[in-house]
Amino acid sequence: MNTLVNILLQGVLLGALYALFAMGQSLVFGVMRLTNIAHGDFIVLLVFLLFALTGIAHLPLAVALLLLVVIAFAAGYGVQYFLLNRVSSRDPLPSLMVTFGLSIVIQNVLQELFSADPRAIATGGFEALSVALPGGITVGYLPLLTLLATIGLTFGLQWLFGRTALGRAFRATSDDREIVQLMGVSHRRTYALAMAIAFVLIAVAAALYGMRTAVAPADGPALLLYAFEAVIIGGMGSFWGTFLGGMALGVAQQAGFYFDPGWGIWLGHVMFLAVLVVRPQGFLPKTA
Amino acid sequence: MTPLLQTKQLTGGYGDFQALFGIDVTVGAGEVVALIGANGAGKSTFLKSVAGLLRAAPSQILYKGAPIGGLPAERIVGQGIALVPEGRRLFPSLSVEENLRLGAYCGRPGRWDLDAVFGLFPVLRERRHHPATALSGGQQQMVAIGRALMSNPELLMCDELSLGLAPVIVREIYAALPAIVAGGMSAIIVEQDVRLARQVSSRFYCVQEGRVSLAGESASASDEAIAQAYFGVAA
Repeated sequence: MNTLVNILLQGVLLGALYALFAMGQSLVFGVMRLTNIAHGDFIVLLVFLLFALTGIAHLPLAVALLLLVVIAFAAGYGVQYFLLNRVSSRDPLPSLMVTFGLSIVIQNVLQELFSADPRAIATGGFEALSVALPGGITVGYLPLLTLLATIGLTFGLQWLFGRTALGRAFRATSDDREIVQLMGVSHRRTYALAMAIAFVLIAVAAALYGMRTAVAPADGPALLLYAFEAVIIGGMGSFWGTFLGGMALGVAQQAGFYFDPGWGIWLGHVMFLAVLVVRPQGFLPKTA
Repeated sequence: MTPLLQTKQLTGGYGDFQALFGIDVTVGAGEVVALIGANGAGKSTFLKSVAGLLRAAPSQILYKGAPIGGLPAERIVGQGIALVPEGRRLFPSLSVEENLRLGAYCGRPGRWDLDAVFGLFPVLRERRHHPATALSGGQQQMVAIGRALMSNPELLMCDELSLGLAPVIVREIYAALPAIVAGGMSAIIVEQDVRLARQVSSRFYCVQEGRVSLAGESASASDEAIAQAYFGVAA
């Protein structure tokens, strides 16, 4: 019984990280139907940026985190406005090619600058702290913080999309990017803002991920895969779908790890394939 | 006096396909002008060009005397030109109220707000939280008109309000037009139903194959002349 509870709990905590990886991807796909192949590499890039800010420039972690979020917002806006808007069309292939190219460029530039060694963000021992629950279950503070951050951001995104003028503009641009211009909405700026927000989500994910484990320049594609799986398992209906998708992936992996340390990732993929077979539209599909 | 809108030898089209071959149209302040013509004559292309969805040379479109041709559509609505697009084109992910609120995105002040639109079309108030595309065709057209009004335009352009609607619903929708333009708003009405178009307008332009084939007073033009200009042959 305790084992089952432990697998579920640790799975949910791991899933929170995957959901966080997926949230930016879900946002970008929802607003502009863009499949960002470089998503995982952007996470790795921001981990290394944070590493450079704290480990090389020796800024305090809080200052570095704030700086990271600001840089991420500006970088996301710029990448979309000056680069990806040029290849954004009904044809998905040009943007796939460009983000695929970005993925290769980021990996190689990071290897050139930082070598292939994995790096982690120093937190002064915070990543090792944990709280002991009854029944011999231990919960780390960092995974708990990740779960809280993911829940908070999911609430925030759902509110932004459902309740604000910007959210209406996002949804309307996704529906019909020609007519939305008649409302005074620039679809190019809307796209850029969506990518800027996605990059802030990536920055949060990168910070929490880099504190949890060491990250190497070529790790991006694996992270992209988890993000993809979480988005597709969850369906395209809402950010809560993506949240659930991340949870499902985390629990499946954790169950696999229990049987054999080599089975975790594998069981996650098997669960993903099973969902594709049984419920290809995902848990919470788009209704409209 | 400077007219509100004036197009001078307006040309335009889609890529390599040219649809307009030099259109001159003038709309005065507070005036309702009808644009009639057969399918494919270039009426919708004309409206899309004025709204900024299609490219035009700056001097081809004058608004209050200033050249606005080639401005992006999202800037033109802020200047006071709104388009009710052909086929309504509501946003399916948004509720009725959200569609209307998005219409006010450009933030132009004026008498049209949510309450004013619900006053004009009371049925929308009851259905404000429904998805916009769950409404009947006539109600969807009301949302499309309301959405355009929310930007508080000085020039309202309506593209085929009657498209796909029953005649009784069409009359109901056009019955709202006098209340809309009563505040001094100008309007361009594109309509295939010539009699209806002449009833609601003071002047008309007949477009044929991308050119103005006839223009005149809606009340006094002869049916024969219009038929000739509409079809290009003597009826």
